Amino acid sequence: METILSPEKKELICIGCPLGCNVAVELEDGQITAITGNTCPRGADYVRKELTDPKRIVTSLVRVKGGELAVVPVKTVSDIPKGQVMDCIRELKAVELNAPVSMGDVAVKNVCGTGVDVVVTANVEKGTSCIEE
Amino acid sequence: MGSACKVHGWVERMRVDLVIIGGGPAGLAAAIAAREAGIENLVILERDARLGGILNQCIHNGFGLHTFKEELTGPEYAGRYIEKVREMKIPYRLDTIVIDLGETQEDCADHGEEAGRVNGESGGRRSAAEGVREQSRGGRARKLVTAMSRKDGLYTIEAEAVILAMGCRERPRGALNIPGYRPAGIYSAGTAQRYVNMEGRMPGREVVILGSGDIGLIMARRMTLEGAKVKLVAELMPYSGGLKRNIVQCLDDYGIPLRLRTTVVNIKGKERVEAVVVAKVDENSRPIPGTEEEIPCDTLLLSCGLIPENELSGKLGLAMNPATNGPLVNESLETGVPGVFACGNVLHVHDLVDYVSEEAAQAGRKAASYLQGNLPKPQEEIPVRVGKGVRYTVPGAVDVRRMGETQLIRFRVDNVYRDKNLEVCLNGKPVSSRRKRMLAPGEMEQVVLRKADLEGVLDLREISLQIVD
Amino acid sequence: MTDIIVIGGGVTGCAIARELSRRDWKVTVLERASDVCEGTSKANSGIVHGGFDAAPGSRKAALNVEGSRMMEALSRELDFPYKRNGSLVLSFDEKDRPLLQRLYDQGQQNGVEGLEILEAEQVRRLEPEVSENVVAALHAPSGGIVCPFGLTIALAENAAVNGVEFRLNTEVERIEKLEEGYRLITNRGIFRSAVVVNAAGVYADRFHNMVSAEKIRIIPRKGEYCLMDKKVGDYVSHTLFQLPTKFGKGVLVTPTVHGNLLAGPTAVDVGDPESVDTTPQGLEEVLKRAGLSVRALPARQIITSFAGLRAHEEQGDFVLGQPDDAPGFFDAAGIESPGLTCAPAIGRYIAQEVAGYLPAAEKKDFIAVRKGIPNMETAGPEERKRLIEENPAYAKVICRCELVTEGEILDAIHRPLGATTLDGIKRRTRAGMGRCQAGFCAPGTVEILARELGKDMGEICKNEPGSRFLTGYDKDGVTAAEKTNGQCM
Repeated sequence: METILSPEKKELICIGCPLGCNVAVELEDGQITAITGNTCPRGADYVRKELTDPKRIVTSLVRVKGGELAVVPVKTVSDIPKGQVMDCIRELKAVELNAPVSMGDVAVKNVCGTGVDVVVTANVEKGTSCIEE
Repeated sequence: MGSACKVHGWVERMRVDLVIIGGGPAGLAAAIAAREAGIENLVILERDARLGGILNQCIHNGFGLHTFKEELTGPEYAGRYIEKVREMKIPYRLDTIVIDLGETQEDCADHGEEAGRVNGESGGRRSAAEGVREQSRGGRARKLVTAMSRKDGLYTIEAEAVILAMGCRERPRGALNIPGYRPAGIYSAGTAQRYVNMEGRMPGREVVILGSGDIGLIMARRMTLEGAKVKLVAELMPYSGGLKRNIVQCLDDYGIPLRLRTTVVNIKGKERVEAVVVAKVDENSRPIPGTEEEIPCDTLLLSCGLIPENELSGKLGLAMNPATNGPLVNESLETGVPGVFACGNVLHVHDLVDYVSEEAAQAGRKAASYLQGNLPKPQEEIPVRVGKGVRYTVPGAVDVRRMGETQLIRFRVDNVYRDKNLEVCLNGKPVSSRRKRMLAPGEMEQVVLRKADLEGVLDLREISLQIVD
Repeated sequence: MTDIIVIGGGVTGCAIARELSRRDWKVTVLERASDVCEGTSKANSGIVHGGFDAAPGSRKAALNVEGSRMMEALSRELDFPYKRNGSLVLSFDEKDRPLLQRLYDQGQQNGVEGLEILEAEQVRRLEPEVSENVVAALHAPSGGIVCPFGLTIALAENAAVNGVEFRLNTEVERIEKLEEGYRLITNRGIFRSAVVVNAAGVYADRFHNMVSAEKIRIIPRKGEYCLMDKKVGDYVSHTLFQLPTKFGKGVLVTPTVHGNLLAGPTAVDVGDPESVDTTPQGLEEVLKRAGLSVRALPARQIITSFAGLRAHEEQGDFVLGQPDDAPGFFDAAGIESPGLTCAPAIGRYIAQEVAGYLPAAEKKDFIAVRKGIPNMETAGPEERKRLIEENPAYAKVICRCELVTEGEILDAIHRPLGATTLDGIKRRTRAGMGRCQAGFCAPGTVEILARELGKDMGEICKNEPGSRFLTGYDKDGVTAAEKTNGQCM
């Protein structure tokens, strides 16, 4: 969220941690001249990045064949450009892994050409995705 | 020896030092801390088919920044603790539901099985608390935990101490008394989360979310990423109940509107939801006539708060805090029944799992002290009172003699405050004040009391917290 | 061609079907919904009325007292929850004493046993939480509470076991009177029978008027309720009615047979026989009026609210038996309160009438007794142990709030007239009826239903075919090119 106070002043909420600092940024000709309101250096890093190259970690699911569950959660190992989030999801739609899968297994290498891998974040044992024991 | 069921070879009664009810983040951290403090003979009872509790369905990132200094997803965060539980060979029983909790009347020390033996671990070992148990005979009643599972049948565990770590549940539609039809398509956000994240099944295509608590916000993003259209998040209060960063990352990122002071006043559709009607509310949270707007959708997700799940606590007759819906505890997270501790969301709803783990570890250590005879009976519990702007505190009382050098008090405020001071008062007199840029009901706050300060006050009768200018 | 068709699988239709199954008739019940007990029978007060309320000499009066007397034995025979908790009609104004006395006299005339008028302090001794404003009350110790689903489903199952055929999802569209018997045109084919029993609830006038020139008119009368948590189920022990006054009929506060607290109903005539929605005004009125009866109604403990429609016939009494111009067509219409109480008596009455028209011998192998689904929550330790030893699925809890196990859900699916929907499971086992209102157990129940019925989870419905629980798979809505959904901005 970005509140534009004047052409030279913006306020952003830092998402670096749950504190959610309201960070004010002053700009001159698109150049950051002052950052205030952040509790820690991460706040400054965040607004700098958010204003120039916003990125997000993506978490979603991929299908698993022959597992105790039909899907397994995944995440991008690091953040990817915000504009490519839905492209990443589209790429995940086509992925199907074979059980068993373990936390840390790579589901997609270099997703959407971002240079970032998508990894599995839970374990799924072999089995039938059914309540029956 | 316990009497065994002839058909299945089930044991009907066994003995342990410590039972931990719940294998979610609180139960896991409590068990690890108790074992680290020397308690060998303990068992975790988990109702689900796997350890980890609700974290298993919280597949988004953002967990563990405090604990591990990195950003993990829910299953990864749980995974770290589960691994440790396995490493430490802490016994646990899955798919096991506790159906009753009570106390022994009489001394029945001579039968029972070690719980550990069932999982093939720590069987036959003389338990750390054996000595205390001897001493405690006649003094302290033992706890009776009745549980059942497909695998082990119905059985009772006799325990010296119990840690309650059952978590919380979501407030249902009924509690909100939303008028309208009762079609399919109305889910609590957590139910939807489970369907989407654990089963890969979508509970709907076009979604309105009522309530901007964290689960609601998180689900707005999850539903969107998985191909649904989230049309609106409505919030009754003038502020969101969720973390600010979730508003940014889950709503703003996807252009999902958040309407504050707005509620659902009607649900349409006889078989499946066809539309919901939202309206603005006044300062008394009553819908304002004329502000209604019908929003076509097939799904209404409710994220209207969490309630600690204390039905079992009720069976022990524990005194409860009406502000948290959790049991009243003292500085050792011990409830009104000696030897029964509580931690995590069953005690009060937390905002961050890191704090759950931290609190639960304390409960685990305190339970260990209790079992080892190092936790004296509470003598003089000084009440922690809520002053202006504070909704509740945990703990609700402190026994200075039993506290450590410092004591953490967690609390929540009752409204959004900017640039205010948080004041700690002893016997009504302010002793410390801290400037706070921002305080919000959605975020848990904490303050540390120093034993030296408390001891310095003659005839200490009351500790209180307040928000002042 | 069948002997008898019963239209409607509510409590009235099922009670009639069960009584009809005692004789050598071929009986078919046509029910438009996906299960029995889907209309008025599922949304009412669950009260077994003493019988002082109905005008002496009316059908309602006679059948009420008879039904009330039958209920206890029937609950043992068919194994459904029933409790004789007694009722109190509260009076809040000394000036209303004559009205209370009239109710007492009416009860005497109707043959209600044990009635007495209590003074304020006697009332308070029975019910410490009644309002300070109570001045007197009519006590009817014969009043009771029953599980309306339990009663209806027990009747239906027992009828099915005794040979009655239930055709669900079968909606009667038209009835034609033939030389002999009737032809019923439905969405699932054409049926013919010698006798038709009309137990169609709020739609009974429609069918009656298709075959008879003596028209009747049913006005759906909506009643809204609030149901409270079991935590406060013992707030009162009797069913507390309010003395009807010029300000209205009043609403009741009662424990339910399962231990919840129930407040309601309102009474508003509505045109639409499908409008079972709750309204802001209705819910507010329930709480306001119920609040008059007790010191402090625990409204914060509400877990759900619901609305039902009573089939009010404009003449105000039940319409029972054959119209003069439609021999072989038997009405059981206008069955509003105390219809639940009367159902067993109505069943008996209609069966007798039918026997007069189409004689048949009594079956020698009629099975009168039915055993319900075991209930782990109410079972004692020994019973619990026995059940788990019999089948460990009774140790696997699916619904935590009401302690319903997989064993009970399996039983609900596989018994006669088994459940096929989430609501069907709920009404048979109480899974999802507790304080979390199916938040936790719905996924588990859906999974078991799918597995046992050989269906995909996506096909499982809450109740009717349009009420699917799930709409598809993850990323179904994520399309290749367009960026309409979920554009990350």
